[in-house]
Amino acid sequence: MPQFPDAVSNQNMTNWFLGSFDTHIPWWFILVVIKAVAAFAILVVLTLFNIWYERRVVSFMQMRIGPNRVGPQGLLQSLADGVKLALKEDIVPTNADKPVFWIAPLLSAIPAFLAIAVIPWGPAVSIFGHWTTLQLVDLPVGVLYVLAISSIGIYGIVLAGWSSGSTYPLLGALRSSAQMISYEVAMGLSFAGVFLYAGTMSPSGIVNAQQHGWYFYMLPLSAIIYIIAMVGETNRAPFDLPEAEGELVGGFHTEYSSLKFALFFLAEYINLVTVSALAVTMFFGGWRAPVPISLWSGANSGWYPMLWFMIKLLIFVFVFIWLRGTLPRLRYDQFMAFGWKVLIPVSVLWLLVVALFRQLRNAGDLDRAHAVPIGIGIAAVFLLLVVALEVRERNQIRRTPPPTVPDYEPLAGGFPVPPMPGQSAPAVPRRPQFARTAAAPAPALNGTTAEEASTR
Amino acid sequence: MGQLVERTAGVGAGLATEDMILNIGPQHPSTHGVLRLRLVLDGERIVSAEPIVGYMHRGAEKLFEVRDYRQIIMLANRHDWLSAFCNELGVVLAAERMLGMELPVRASWARTMLAELNRVLNHLMFLGSYPLELGAITPIFYAFREREDLQKVMEEISGGRMHFMFNRVGGLKDDLPAGWLDRARRTIHAVRGRLADIENLIHGNEIFRARTEGVGVLTTEQIAAYGLSGPIARAGGVDFDLRRDEPYLAYGELGDVLRVVTRKAGDCFSRFDCLLEQTRVSLDLAEACADRLAALPQGPINLRLPKVLKVPEGETYAWTENPLGINGYYLVSRGEKTPWRLKLRSASFNNIQVLGELLPGHLVADMVAILGSMFFVVGDIDK
Repeated sequence: MPQFPDAVSNQNMTNWFLGSFDTHIPWWFILVVIKAVAAFAILVVLTLFNIWYERRVVSFMQMRIGPNRVGPQGLLQSLADGVKLALKEDIVPTNADKPVFWIAPLLSAIPAFLAIAVIPWGPAVSIFGHWTTLQLVDLPVGVLYVLAISSIGIYGIVLAGWSSGSTYPLLGALRSSAQMISYEVAMGLSFAGVFLYAGTMSPSGIVNAQQHGWYFYMLPLSAIIYIIAMVGETNRAPFDLPEAEGELVGGFHTEYSSLKFALFFLAEYINLVTVSALAVTMFFGGWRAPVPISLWSGANSGWYPMLWFMIKLLIFVFVFIWLRGTLPRLRYDQFMAFGWKVLIPVSVLWLLVVALFRQLRNAGDLDRAHAVPIGIGIAAVFLLLVVALEVRERNQIRRTPPPTVPDYEPLAGGFPVPPMPGQSAPAVPRRPQFARTAAAPAPALNGTTAEEASTR
Repeated sequence: MGQLVERTAGVGAGLATEDMILNIGPQHPSTHGVLRLRLVLDGERIVSAEPIVGYMHRGAEKLFEVRDYRQIIMLANRHDWLSAFCNELGVVLAAERMLGMELPVRASWARTMLAELNRVLNHLMFLGSYPLELGAITPIFYAFREREDLQKVMEEISGGRMHFMFNRVGGLKDDLPAGWLDRARRTIHAVRGRLADIENLIHGNEIFRARTEGVGVLTTEQIAAYGLSGPIARAGGVDFDLRRDEPYLAYGELGDVLRVVTRKAGDCFSRFDCLLEQTRVSLDLAEACADRLAALPQGPINLRLPKVLKVPEGETYAWTENPLGINGYYLVSRGEKTPWRLKLRSASFNNIQVLGELLPGHLVADMVAILGSMFFVVGDIDK
């Protein structure tokens, strides 16, 4: 029988806690459980916070106030909404494929939670006197794991759209499957540059490799491509085509209600956090302190890094909100064209350049004498390409002949017609205003004159 | 999907494909109400489109026949709830013409001013809602800030924010309140200054341009054939504006301020662009009217009417350039206190008919862009 401790101290609490299990549970297991629960809790709380954050920031951008009633500054509004949503009637359409309709939200929400497992939130810290890194599991292929897990999340959306047995969700599902597949390619390619530089696929390894410089300025193009792709990956504005309020009325989740809808909502906001966390980890130094703070020697040890990480994360979330407040939605085909014709080719080219530099540096050939001409050469090729495309476009515009405009005929085809573009009508003589009532001539396109009409 | 699927023939040896029938509306965010479109889709491409109207038919024309001319004004301002004042105008113009009334000068200028302010209100609504349909959620709040200010001005004079009910046969209900002209002018200045906010937010946006340029192009032939009017027609190069070509009220004397805004392309972007520019012109016109009203000597703003207003036997057609296009009333009177027939030609009803020809070949997302740029009010379609 466990006994209550006499004094409430950390050590005693732990001992009592451990003593309640009869067998010896290894410390690593307890730490993993603690970290898993903490990660879950952080994600859920962050979701609630982000919904509030988004609504407040967008309100600010739109000269509104936003939620400010429930809790301090309205912070508990999303909690209240969540409770309300859970108590709503759960409607399942008769046409729906019921098992799939049930599984889809789970398939969307669970992977969203899983992906965060490999994100390092900080360096080694002491928990109950035991040192451990603030990362649930440090997989050697952690980044690939995130890509894989987020692909599973897409199944949730596709199956939700398909199983709803309705047209709008079906279109939304079609869009999301195509969208996510193509943007995952660009995303993966943007990571490849980081892998080449860091020499590892483990997120903690990548953070360590950024000790002397963050990758967003060492690999600017990769960072930009990733940031664009991550917006596409999370279905957020301006790439929110699968949901497209104005067109598909919610898209894949049109037919969902109550808790099942809440799960999709949750998944969306967790994905938001996941991709932002990944962006921070891959390109913005992970939990490392930004420049002015990093001059302080203690900035990158203890629990502080978690704070830096959170701040960076929330800045990314802000960017998401900013985009949503500013931009209209792209059209589906434009979006796909942008992905396949711009992002992916640019990623591939960029990857070649990165690999070239990497190889030269590894071989020890890269001194200043070589680097400068190579850099200039690459820039010149880029410039030429841009100029060539621009010239081609202008030529196309010039090649189209100006349309020939025939002279204006007021009665072409036997009835009065307005002038066509390029033609001009003869000036209409102004009539004194009182002429309206008595002796106005026929209105141009009207059969009878006003005078005739009023006397008939 | 059962009966919702329409089978078409398989494509040679390839996969058999099926067209999908998609009902947009009657409840759909991009239809601003209860317009229904029956689309046949091949993937996301529209094969055919059929606007199905009438969900909000309120029998306005029939109701006109059992209302006297004072009551008709109230009914008539309802069908297009975004241009209530301009709707009233057609009815009173028709009645006044039949009665042979000569409008007091001040009434004619005040009406012109209010009609232009109403036009601004209407256009601001679409300047905000169109980007919203394309996914930009912010401009509508800017548009509504301006609307709010203008509505305050209109509310002060008429007591109404949407359905002003300020026209009377023979003039306006009341004289302008003291100091109203200055307040109105200040508001016009403020709105004109802040119109740039909306323009900067959306007008040059690359995504907005990509969504709207070259999409939903209306040719001048189509515009003529379907009888389109208003900013939609002018965006397609049809230089036709009743305010200039068939001047009513005081428009004949505003020739130097009244610019008829036309664009050549006829696509969604030029329609939006046309609307934006037209808003500026309307603000200028309203200001010119305010200046003129301030300069006019005191005098009546309406005429005394008999208790029972009977319009002499005859018929007339009064048409006005409403914010959304030509709005006409064909009034047939048999000398009773109610019209024998009052036919309403509403702008949106004609404008929307072209959708069946315009939509096929476009994507579903374009459908939203086109629908939003057709600037219609469902009440104006269904009457």
